[in-house]
Amino acid sequence: MLEIIQKPWPWYISGPLIALIMYLLLRQGKDFGMSNNLRTMCSIVGAGKTSSFFRFDWKAQIWNLLVVLGTIIGGFIAHFCLSDGTPPAINNASIADLQALGIIDKLQGYMPDSLFLFDGSLFQFLLLSIGGLLIGFGTRYAGGCSSGHAISGLSNFQLPSLIAVIGFFIGGIIMIHFIFPLIF
Amino acid sequence: MKQLKFVLIGILFGIILYKSEAASWYRIYEMFQFRSFHMYGIIGTALTTAILIVQIIKRKNVKDTNGLPIQFIDKKKSITRYLLGGTIFGLGWALTGACPGPMFALLGAEYWTLGIVLIFALIGTWIYGLLQNKLPH
Repeated sequence: MLEIIQKPWPWYISGPLIALIMYLLLRQGKDFGMSNNLRTMCSIVGAGKTSSFFRFDWKAQIWNLLVVLGTIIGGFIAHFCLSDGTPPAINNASIADLQALGIIDKLQGYMPDSLFLFDGSLFQFLLLSIGGLLIGFGTRYAGGCSSGHAISGLSNFQLPSLIAVIGFFIGGIIMIHFIFPLIF
Repeated sequence: MKQLKFVLIGILFGIILYKSEAASWYRIYEMFQFRSFHMYGIIGTALTTAILIVQIIKRKNVKDTNGLPIQFIDKKKSITRYLLGGTIFGLGWALTGACPGPMFALLGAEYWTLGIVLIFALIGTWIYGLLQNKLPH
């Protein structure tokens, strides 16, 4: 049994389980949305002094921070107890592209070391920090991320969420097809 | 004790994100190249299941554990903020491979560099808060 769990999970198991998370939160009277936590964290460290956007009762959002705490623990358990170290079986054409860009030599690990194993280079720091800025600014501007829009919003047939998801893909396509060849 | 439930839900969520490989940079890269079904399979089955759940909750008036009706709030209508904000997020998602859920699961998996992504995501959120009234929504 443990051996099966330690293999990467197939999409048809993972997808419905993500919807289960939304259901469990709805049953607790809460909405499934992770990027809201970034706003809450800003409020806790005093962003309310600079903008009314951060002046709200953040204590009412503690439940979501507990979900974050759990997600960190879950990542730890999955990585150290429930994995056999098999890299994601991505398609060969993408592997070849990553090799041509110099991002990987061969496919290994859960993430490419050249980007996520910190080597002290300015390039790597800029890549991670600019990525973070875009995520934080973009999710709040769009009012949600993959969980809040692509799952919660779309499942309730919200047109704004469809527009946001189309935006996610416009951004993703621009980054990978046009910006990656310039920066790598 | 009631709060412990949220930690447990989060643990389950973190395990699913990691084991589904939705938290892997490789999978996000491949997704934006439209070369593999994996991520579309995850999003597609998650969404289909979620639609069924929402429909059942609405039709059967399912209550939450406190006995209160489960409510769905419509999002404010607009195009600009969703399209522009979504595109900006998409750029960051493709660059780091992380959205605000997987970011935390990866931190737990001891990919410490995601801490840099998180700190700058907080700064990005803060910048949005400062500029909110000047941006087109």
